[in-house]
Amino acid sequence: MATTIPPPEPEALLLPKRPQMSGAGNSGGHDFVPADGSLRVVDQYSPAPSSSAIWVGIAAICMSFAALTSALIVRQGASSDWRHLTLPPVLFFSTFVILVSSGTLEVARRHVAAFMTGRAAHVESPRRWLYITLGLGLLFVASQYMAWVQLRSQGLYLATNPNSSFFYLFTAIHALHVLGGLAGLLRVIIKLSHSTLRRSTLDATAYYWHFMGVLWVYLFVLLWMRI
Amino acid sequence: MHDKPIVSTAPAVVHGPPTTFISKHVFSLDHKVIGKQYYALALAAVLTGMVLSWLMRIHLGWNDLAIPGLQAFSPNGAPSGVMTPELYLRIMTMHATFMVFFVLTTAPFAAFGNFFLPIQVGAEDMPFPHFNMMSFWTTFVAFCVLVSAFFTSDGPPLSGWTAYAPLSAIGKDAGPGQGTGQVLWAAAIGIFCIGQLLGALNFISTVLDMRCKGMTLKRLPVTAWAWFITSCMGLTAFAVLMPATILLILDHVAGTSFFIASGLVINDQLVPHSGGSTLLWQHLFWFFGHPEVYIAIVPGMGIITHVLITNMRRPMVSMKAILYSMWALAFLSYMVYGHHMFVSGMNPFSSLVFSFPTLMITIPSTVLVLIWIGSLYGSRIRINAASLFALGFISMFVTGGVSGFFLAQPSIDIMLHATYFVVGHFHMVMGVAAIFGIFSGTYFWFPKMTGRMMNDTLGKAHFWLTFIGTYCTFMPFHYLGWAANVRRYSAFTDDYLKPLIPLHQFITVAALFTGAVQLIFLYNLVHSLLRGPAAPANPWEGTSLEWIMPSPPPWNNFGGKDPVVYHDADQYGVKTASGADYIMQNSPESSPTGC
Repeated sequence: MATTIPPPEPEALLLPKRPQMSGAGNSGGHDFVPADGSLRVVDQYSPAPSSSAIWVGIAAICMSFAALTSALIVRQGASSDWRHLTLPPVLFFSTFVILVSSGTLEVARRHVAAFMTGRAAHVESPRRWLYITLGLGLLFVASQYMAWVQLRSQGLYLATNPNSSFFYLFTAIHALHVLGGLAGLLRVIIKLSHSTLRRSTLDATAYYWHFMGVLWVYLFVLLWMRI
Repeated sequence: MHDKPIVSTAPAVVHGPPTTFISKHVFSLDHKVIGKQYYALALAAVLTGMVLSWLMRIHLGWNDLAIPGLQAFSPNGAPSGVMTPELYLRIMTMHATFMVFFVLTTAPFAAFGNFFLPIQVGAEDMPFPHFNMMSFWTTFVAFCVLVSAFFTSDGPPLSGWTAYAPLSAIGKDAGPGQGTGQVLWAAAIGIFCIGQLLGALNFISTVLDMRCKGMTLKRLPVTAWAWFITSCMGLTAFAVLMPATILLILDHVAGTSFFIASGLVINDQLVPHSGGSTLLWQHLFWFFGHPEVYIAIVPGMGIITHVLITNMRRPMVSMKAILYSMWALAFLSYMVYGHHMFVSGMNPFSSLVFSFPTLMITIPSTVLVLIWIGSLYGSRIRINAASLFALGFISMFVTGGVSGFFLAQPSIDIMLHATYFVVGHFHMVMGVAAIFGIFSGTYFWFPKMTGRMMNDTLGKAHFWLTFIGTYCTFMPFHYLGWAANVRRYSAFTDDYLKPLIPLHQFITVAALFTGAVQLIFLYNLVHSLLRGPAAPANPWEGTSLEWIMPSPPPWNNFGGKDPVVYHDADQYGVKTASGADYIMQNSPESSPTGC
């Protein structure tokens, strides 16, 4: 469903309005005020906090998965009880799904960018692409669940083997993070519906979602090699 | 990325004024209220932890003494009022967990940082106030989960705050408290990690993105730098501890074998686990654990530097060296965690690898101390409770740090590791020094936080008595360690340890005395809160942005106006047109004589 949204005023595109929030910040270095008191470059403000916060959050998630990876490697070498298992085939499908979802989200983001830079007079229904991304995200989670079902049908439970323990652990923690990304996508869609979406919110959500895809590819390779 | 509204040009607003009692005092989005909530939580935790330490000390001094009320507190742990070894270990575990996580992490970092970081960078609030509120309430839930371990039939765990596997992973067969109590402990720590991660995310974003006009990184007050560095450490350290606690809980409740080795026999029963690595827990824990030491102490370093500059009326000899040293401490803290595991049977070559950076840590530590002392030399420092505690911090840091030289070397550590020498070391350098930083910050910022002044005479008395008491308590621990007095024992029945019992009794008396002295602080705190004289906006003639606003600050900090910063926060010892010896950060005035 195409949504027609009135374009912003031209000056809004060229001169960002000073947000009323006094703590909007100016990122210091971009807006240096010399000690002699003369003010220069006072119009330049920092990007929204979400733009740096998302990288901070991604760094924390990387640390957690790095810790779990090292745990896997140490545990594998600690004993001879490690028996390799065949990964459920549905994981190839889920890998494909999450990679495609990154593409659809990028399409949505490009539509928004075209509108913001004046290359498009109307937003070319980014909501449709966001819904598609949301659907693909849910499909990914469902396919991960199917992988668990397939593993269970082989008699491999959480505590059966250390490798099955790590398989369930990695996929579950990643799926929880994906659910967080789905909540973020839902928030973007709601904000878009209420005409309050900001570009930085969409960008931060997109970066997180792409990171979820990259993280899954890393985990998939790790599980394929080690488990 | 550009923050352009694609549909609406409505400005981003952090949050509006609180309208109800709940939104103002309970589920508040205001960083200042959240900071006070963290402080109150830390106060509750420190009082609980202190009482537990008294129980331990009384038992260590007088093994056969029936402690009044102990039987009611733990019928199984003290059947006749006399503490059993198991109860001793449980109390030790909970004492350390309360102190390390809920006092040393929350008070100097989360409490003061929440209140003052946005103000010092010139912001209205943190960028994500809802996350900030969640951060506190998550931490509060973690506290409640930990306390709930006291009220289970199993009781709290006895595996220490380090929760070494396999003792912590086996379950109830490993001893009282190792079932439900240990799971609750691990859950509490895991939840605590989530709270701290949310907090670190906000702190880092505040410093990077919320600085006001003119507030360059070079102009940030040293406290803001300290909280920023601590946030970076917290982000990486707690992100590792959290998955470790998940693995520990799974070993308990799901039958996995991450940390439990095969062939373990407990109470004549073969443990139905196989193949886990008991050392894996130690690696994961200490990767968090050593940075945690600096998470506790770096905010204190920032606070006392800030307090000393204000009271010396002149800047530090080299603020740049202080900042680089704090960064160096943060970086090196990740390189050295293995020195906690010298006795774990690690390869001697690995010990050396960890020993070398551990000794290197003494370089930035020494630089910090030399700069503090060099800056103090010849200064006419204003003596008040805040500056006294700042000086006390340096004393404690040096005393505790010197014993670190010994422990950094594997050959000496192997001998001292299981003794009271280690207890004395970390209590001085991590515990007491950090708490002196908290006291210094409290006396310094109380007027701004509450709008009332504390009694400085009582504060000075509190300092001197605490200073003497803590030295009497913790210095003898080093001697005990050299005498091979093993730690974690609830009674000393060996012949070679019996002559040391009088010293233990002396330590107990000193600990009780030091604890009792804190009543002066509590009285001062409560009385000043209720009846203290009104505080002016800038009682200490400081230069940073917290002193340009009324005491206490309004809900939106700067009254809806944007501060503009022209200087760093070290403009002391100058001659201004008004005759003041300082220039505030938001004053465009420049010093005719320079600084």
